[in-house]
Amino acid sequence: MAEPLIRTRDLAKEYRMGETVVRALDGVSLSIDAGEFVAVMGPSGSGKSTFMNLIGCLDAPTAGDYFLAGENVAHLSGDALAAIRNRRVGFVFQQFNLLPRTTAQENVELPLLYTGLPKAERRARAKLRLEQVGLGERLDHQPSQLSGGQQQRVAIARALVNDPVLVLADEPTGALDSRTSVEVMGLLQSLNREGITVVLVTHEHDVAAFARRIIGFRDGRVVEDRANAALDARAAQPA
Amino acid sequence: MNLLATLRIALNALKVNKLRSTLTMLGIIIGVGAVITMLAVGNGAQARVEEQIKSLGSNIMIMFPGSTVAGGARGGAGTSQSLTEDDAAAIVREVPEVQVAAPSMRGTGQAIYGNSNWSTTFYGINNDYFEAREWPLVAGRDFEAAELSGAGKVAVIGQSVLAKLFGETALPEDAIGQTVRVRQVPFTVIGVLARKGQSMLGSDQDDVIFVPLATARNRLFGNQAGKLRRVGTVSIKTRDGMSMSEAEEKIRALMRQRHRLQPGQDDDFTIRNLTEILQAQEASSRILTILLAAVAGVSLLVGGIGIMNIMLVSVTERTREIGLRMAVGARARDILNQFLVEAVTLSLIGALLGILIGFAGSMSIGNFAGWRVEIEAEAVLMAVGFAAGIGIFFGYYPARKASRLKPIEALRYE
Repeated sequence: MAEPLIRTRDLAKEYRMGETVVRALDGVSLSIDAGEFVAVMGPSGSGKSTFMNLIGCLDAPTAGDYFLAGENVAHLSGDALAAIRNRRVGFVFQQFNLLPRTTAQENVELPLLYTGLPKAERRARAKLRLEQVGLGERLDHQPSQLSGGQQQRVAIARALVNDPVLVLADEPTGALDSRTSVEVMGLLQSLNREGITVVLVTHEHDVAAFARRIIGFRDGRVVEDRANAALDARAAQPA
Repeated sequence: MNLLATLRIALNALKVNKLRSTLTMLGIIIGVGAVITMLAVGNGAQARVEEQIKSLGSNIMIMFPGSTVAGGARGGAGTSQSLTEDDAAAIVREVPEVQVAAPSMRGTGQAIYGNSNWSTTFYGINNDYFEAREWPLVAGRDFEAAELSGAGKVAVIGQSVLAKLFGETALPEDAIGQTVRVRQVPFTVIGVLARKGQSMLGSDQDDVIFVPLATARNRLFGNQAGKLRRVGTVSIKTRDGMSMSEAEEKIRALMRQRHRLQPGQDDDFTIRNLTEILQAQEASSRILTILLAAVAGVSLLVGGIGIMNIMLVSVTERTREIGLRMAVGARARDILNQFLVEAVTLSLIGALLGILIGFAGSMSIGNFAGWRVEIEAEAVLMAVGFAAGIGIFFGYYPARKASRLKPIEALRYE
């Protein structure tokens, strides 16, 4: 069997809050293969966001190991982690986190700026990704001129622009109404079909229903890890 | 990330808050403008003094006769006729610090050449005078020994006299060999002096005719009553590197002895150390320049603190942006550079505008106050360099603060 894309071993994260130490993640060992679509679920404080930050290399674990495509990245330097985030991970946030007063095109170009690509190539790639998410007509729009769903699509284009192996979405529909939520989830689903591994953090079951595997967290531990039966059932039927 | 892209991000960020950026820059604009203007004023004053020193000749003292006392009423300086050619000769002989002591007599008279005439000043001198004043000839020659001792009717003229008598376009060579009459006495022009410019008091030093001392005494002053070898003033030049004040003391003692003055009796001569006066002026104008620049520099410093203040606000306001940039791959040093470039851009644009203000300020002070101002390239470069330094210095702390944010915390910042 091939090395999984993500493999953690006794991954733990502690936060010090004054005198007390909070153990946000308490020894998580799991694997996610390339091409999977995983929903991480759990109530707030369950450690799901901490887990997401760790596998996104936004934060370093207190203990344990994390292998990304076979490489142990748990204890790399800040610059090395930045390089991994830049080239291998794409983030989609609940609040979109687009730069204000900056066009969609420039927002999508942002990661390429730190890759060091020439300007023409940056523009071409950003344009391609925006067209891919259906915003080819709105390259010069600023976030304030776009609807929430469109903003999140710009954010997805930004996550994709560096051809990442892994897309991490943290409550991507949390700020959207249900109709646009379905649109955005459908977009993530189609990305997954193209071979990109998607890990989604959510506490909504109908959002998690788009994933093929569901991992449940509680008190910093994995309490559930199952295939999405409903989806499998649906997939089995011809559309 | 390359510098050009960083610069563009910085310019965009500054554009977003135009009013704030402008106000922040104002500190630097005023600071740089003030430094340049103050240095221009100070340098102008200094250059003026330096020019005066140069036209005077270096290490110059002038000895005047003292005053006469007639029936208890004291005449003004120069009313006595106490100085003689022998005093001048004795000073050179007895005081080792003295390089040359040139006696001279001064008078005024109408000078006539052809059909043009001009009222000018004439001096009876010997060749030592040219040495003391460091005044070269541009045409002809100076006096020969026979002309000096035999009261020869020859003259060396200044540039202004040349222009007035021989025409504005006359070449110095044109005057050589020509006859100029002064107080009806015909003189052959044997030399023309280089241009000297204005004196300390603003008078034209080139408006002058020099003739041998004996000639002036015998033919121009009409052999007035008085001591046979009397002179008006003695210009004394001390040797380079010698103390002028020590030389002055020795000359004073020598003169009192020669004039047989009793202790307690007033000097019958006055020594004025022009070079020292000018050097003191130069030193004080230099101190003034430094002082003015320092005060202006303080405003530049205050401008720098303004930049730091705004950059700190900006880092706080843009914490989420910083978090996002880090999440998509910005390294700590990319963030550091971004904010540092922003601060330096702010101060450099301010500096460029400040240069314009400085030029305008210097020009208007020069025009309205009538002062001489001199803008030096060094002063401009220094002000710009200082402004860039301030941008880096005061921008570094906020930039470092930004670069040390943790991506997670910055992203969640509300």
